[in-house]
Amino acid sequence: MVNLELKKINDYLWELPQQGEMRVPGRIYGDQRIIDHLLKESGAAKEFNALLQVHNVATLPGIVKASLAMPDIHPGYGFPIGGVAAFDPKDGGVIAMGGIGFDINCGVRTLRVPLKRHDIEARKEELADRLFREIPAGLGSTGELKLSMKEIDQVLMQGAEFALARGYGFPEDLEYTEERGRIAGCDPGTVSNQAKERQFKQVGTLGSGNHYLEVQFVEEIYDEVAARAYGLEKDQVLVAIHCGSRALGHQIGQDYLQELERASKKYGIPIRERELVCAPIESPEGERYISAVNCGINCAFANRQTLAHLVRKVFAAVFGLKPEEIKLLYDVGHNTAKFEVHEVDGSRKRLLVHRKGSTRAFGPGREENPPRYRDVGHPIFIGGTMGTSSYIMRGTEKGLKETFGSGIHGAGREMSREKAKKQFRGEQLREELKRQGIIVRGHSMAGLAEEAPGAYKDIEIVAAAAHNSGINQKVAKVRPMIVVKG
Amino acid sequence: MPFEILEHEADAGVRGIGRTIEEAFSEGARGMFSLMVELERVSPKEEIELTCRADSLETLFVAWLGELLLKRDLTGMVFSKFAVQISREGDGYHLRGRAWGEPLNPEKHGAKVEVKAATYAGLKLERAGEEYRVQCVVDL
Repeated sequence: MVNLELKKINDYLWELPQQGEMRVPGRIYGDQRIIDHLLKESGAAKEFNALLQVHNVATLPGIVKASLAMPDIHPGYGFPIGGVAAFDPKDGGVIAMGGIGFDINCGVRTLRVPLKRHDIEARKEELADRLFREIPAGLGSTGELKLSMKEIDQVLMQGAEFALARGYGFPEDLEYTEERGRIAGCDPGTVSNQAKERQFKQVGTLGSGNHYLEVQFVEEIYDEVAARAYGLEKDQVLVAIHCGSRALGHQIGQDYLQELERASKKYGIPIRERELVCAPIESPEGERYISAVNCGINCAFANRQTLAHLVRKVFAAVFGLKPEEIKLLYDVGHNTAKFEVHEVDGSRKRLLVHRKGSTRAFGPGREENPPRYRDVGHPIFIGGTMGTSSYIMRGTEKGLKETFGSGIHGAGREMSREKAKKQFRGEQLREELKRQGIIVRGHSMAGLAEEAPGAYKDIEIVAAAAHNSGINQKVAKVRPMIVVKG
Repeated sequence: MPFEILEHEADAGVRGIGRTIEEAFSEGARGMFSLMVELERVSPKEEIELTCRADSLETLFVAWLGELLLKRDLTGMVFSKFAVQISREGDGYHLRGRAWGEPLNPEKHGAKVEVKAATYAGLKLERAGEEYRVQCVVDL
């Protein structure tokens, strides 16, 4: 029986002490309320238990320093959502599917529109209708691009550059995309034909569930220096696109479950939960899966690059802007495993950092940051709900030291989708939000109910905990004006 | 009800219940599609066939659900009726399945959320008295 008692380190950091098969301790960032909720859930012996998942991750070979969880922690599969873990390839470290998930490189891309809140206030309904019509979303939707097998391979190798070459976006976009929109180390041969076929019509689609497109305005600025670097002003209009690698990423996950399960057995890796199937980084199976994940990462970049351009076209048509006037603020993923160099106990090590529902948040000084953001670190986007604010935050030096430069990614659910559907009605929700000045367009009313603001943790608590812990820093608070859901 | 939807904060679990393992697998598939559409509005007009294999019966369930999601995306169809045959094959198991449905019409079928994948989380196959129960979490 695992002892899930937590030791308080300070007001915003708690430790699950190393015990039994754990190779490192667990470390959870959060305030008292977040921790109380977590303990209540794990105390209720629920089948899906985030705290136990923090423990299980800590038992994996080659894990470095700690099994980490961000303040938006909630149960995932294998890893908790909000889970971060780095593995050392030279110490038998593994790549674990649960640390990436099925929506590889799901993330948020935010665009800066040269308009103020009052410029669009009177035309919100028209803009919402247009976005809803032009952005493919929801179950079974297909994109503008219909690709062949050869072209899909190009998507997997070229990422955002593929979309750019097709006229979606501008070269400057790459500078403001993580990895410049194209990660290396991907062999399309490591992705099955069926995964590729599933994606033929899905590049440039939003998906459903918690994915969204939001038109927002900057409500409040907390960090003037960073806001200036990001080009943010009060009342500035932004567009946030939350989606991932679509069917390709989903199928890569599905395909590799069995392969990694066999690898876990073959290499004698004891896994505490089946969804933690993994392979040593330095094994043929591990290398294949890493390559497939990289292909998924590129596919997500291409997807968001394409969607961003559709958004630009809508704004250009409605407001007479030039598409190139709409700038990319940043594009960053929150379901990834990436090789990164970090300092551990005084020496620099190349580690494979898994972030499952956690955003990479590289603070000041990291060379991966675009030159314009180098002194402040790149922005990260913390999705609230369709009825509440979202946050733009940034990484810190403390975050680089303690969390491998990671941060929160969203409010995190508090209520299951089933419960939410029983408690909320999509139509009613839409009317209520309209009264608050938020126009919602959704392809599914049941889907809207599942995403009700009341089903999520309070974003204010989550953002404050990340900020007060010092791992992330608030830059600005943004409020939705239009929400498009799948 | 021969299938159940299980509570999970981020996603959802599906549990199929049947007098045989095959029936439980079919009901599990109905459970998964019930998350995406209103099952009773999907006419079982067209039939598709599929096969998959896995090392154990539990992982065969995940492979079966995964294969159905693949077919959903490749054919643009959704399904409401299923039949499954399972046999031993070498060290593992082989499944031959059939699914009946029709091309997705979001309005007619009351489209809900898209299931992305079937996972090994919460994966379990058990016999309780006269019935078999098989379950896993699906990613939404």
